[in-house]
Amino acid sequence: MKIINKIINLAKEYYKFILITVLFYLLIEILNGTIPIVPRLLTRYYMQILMFALINIIMTVSLNLINGFTGQFSIGHAGFMCIGAYTSAYITTILFKASNMAYFPQLALFLFSLIMGGLVAAFAGYLIGLPTLKLRGDYLAIVTLAFGEVIRSIVRSSDEIAAFINKIGLVKFSETIAKLSGPRGLSTIPALSKFWLVYIICIISVIIMRNFIYSTHGRACLSIRENDVAAETMGIDTTRYKIIAFSLSAFFAGVGGGLFAHVLRFIHPENFSFIKSIDYLIYLYAGGMGSITGSIIAATGLTILPEFLRVINFQQWRMVIYPLFLVILMLRKPDGIFGNREFSFLVPKKKEVN
Amino acid sequence: MTKKQLSDSINNHILTYNKWTNGKKYVFISVIILLFLFLYILSFGTQAFFQQLVNGIQLGSIYALIALGYTMIYGIIKLINFAHGDLFMFGAYISCFLGNYLIAHNFNYPFIIVLIFSMFVTALLGMAIEKIAYKPLRFKPRLAALITALGVSLFLENFFALSPENVPFPLNKIVFGPKYISFPALIVDKTYNIAGVSINNIKILDVVITIILMIALQYIVKKTMVGKAMRAVAFNKDACLMMGININNIISITFGIGISLAAASGTLYALTYGQLQSPYLGIWPGLKAFIAAVLGGIGSIPGAMLGSYVMGISETFATSINSNFGYGIAFVILIVVLVFKPAGLLGKFTKEKV
Repeated sequence: MKIINKIINLAKEYYKFILITVLFYLLIEILNGTIPIVPRLLTRYYMQILMFALINIIMTVSLNLINGFTGQFSIGHAGFMCIGAYTSAYITTILFKASNMAYFPQLALFLFSLIMGGLVAAFAGYLIGLPTLKLRGDYLAIVTLAFGEVIRSIVRSSDEIAAFINKIGLVKFSETIAKLSGPRGLSTIPALSKFWLVYIICIISVIIMRNFIYSTHGRACLSIRENDVAAETMGIDTTRYKIIAFSLSAFFAGVGGGLFAHVLRFIHPENFSFIKSIDYLIYLYAGGMGSITGSIIAATGLTILPEFLRVINFQQWRMVIYPLFLVILMLRKPDGIFGNREFSFLVPKKKEVN
Repeated sequence: MTKKQLSDSINNHILTYNKWTNGKKYVFISVIILLFLFLYILSFGTQAFFQQLVNGIQLGSIYALIALGYTMIYGIIKLINFAHGDLFMFGAYISCFLGNYLIAHNFNYPFIIVLIFSMFVTALLGMAIEKIAYKPLRFKPRLAALITALGVSLFLENFFALSPENVPFPLNKIVFGPKYISFPALIVDKTYNIAGVSINNIKILDVVITIILMIALQYIVKKTMVGKAMRAVAFNKDACLMMGININNIISITFGIGISLAAASGTLYALTYGQLQSPYLGIWPGLKAFIAAVLGGIGSIPGAMLGSYVMGISETFATSINSNFGYGIAFVILIVVLVFKPAGLLGKFTKEKV
């Protein structure tokens, strides 16, 4: 009986959320022509843009954990994405040949690779969380940026690393590292990211991050954002929570990177440069710091906007209009589209305290 | 021993311990640097060492001019002006076009004219950007201005990269186009050979002009009324308002000076390398110079110079060993320095008071 009660409670808590997400999914599948009601409107190109939008949602919400909710200024998010993408592609493409597998083992391997990518990225997030002991504000920002770029240059020098490992004597391992072919880019990644899978992973990640924010730990992070020193005097271990926030955020960035690699099917260190981090920063601030709704809307909207401009034959001008839009948005609404407001279905109900 | 005496003695111990570790730290770091240089000389020879030193100083002076602008603007309005690298690009292009014109019409001393003109025009553009995009956000959240700066940066890059054929009439005279342009030879290249180290006159010119501009800047900031007002605005804006200092004018002048330095750097860069790849060329020098400014302690002018020379020299040395290594070394040095000295080499670490 207890279990049934729990399930009922969960359903009560999440029914709006589930309803909205399922309806949205059905809408897209109808437009995609999987459910034959209307003729197919969304081509594969549009579906790919939607998948990128979903991945950008994961990335932006996870960046929001650090920048928006913990108040630490990080601009090296693409570095974590790079780690996740290369780890998961290494597992599915080089260690095991996922393209030769049956459906279910393939799916299981893909999920495993995503989680491994996330964990390795989370470890990197832990490492970068360590200097937050000392650094504040812009100095922290520049260290995160540098960290992202260091990761990228490590991937770029994969050939030298492979040669070095070969010298030590781990021949087999060095061969697999050499196959990463850093400066030339890793191709022939199997197309394992299906739309439904990306959709489900995106929703699960957003729910986990939201629950983290509304948990005790999340509240501790918020207090660090509001006032570092006051939080410390209230007995909050600020260092620990900063590191937790960095690791969790990096985990989801790694998962997002894994999905990204298996949508694009070709990854190159240039994909994860400083410019990519800036993209996520733009999505985050356009949506509004400290608002999950804002991140979701802005990530979707700003992913689709440049592609939309491409479709209506504004190809030349699209990268001019996009930054103009951004500048005007920031001048009109300096707190972003949503400020720190949320849609009500994303906010858990307050429990009564006995 | 009373409680007071005990705590005093403990404090004394901590102080002496800190002094001791600080001294050891510097000895340790300098020993490591000397070891690296020694190994470099052993493996590549003295001649290569001095050659790379010369190249490094030249690259460092180009970084230094950009970093000075970054540092001044950061010091006065606490804004990381991401558009700085693109104004560097703008300065380089302007000097290229003017240089072609002057050479075609047989002017005397084309280089001096080009340098002054490009500094002036770019400064005007920078002041316009400040008035339009940054001024409305001066008392809004600091990060909104940062995102605006990113937007301006993206706009400048992408706007000037539009190709003139596809742009309607008044604009097609302004845009530069995405193509490679070679820079006119404003100064005849002469190479001197001193004990096997080749130095050409352009390299000497780079360093000399950088030093002249640095001295001029130091004079303006330290000795003139405008400089005094700048320092006052950087220190406390409200007090300046009460003292009858026109904050808007002073910030505009600071922008003008900082950006004209970036333009001078752009001209020198183009002259040294003899080519302009595309309007995106400002991204990486801008980022590297920003890192140099942080490395020296952002907001401090001698810090920016020191940081830039450290960056330039270490980068050329590392690049001569391996190009991928050279790419990452700047970031590694930055992380190491900031972990040991959280406010940069010459920055002051301000403790937060409650």
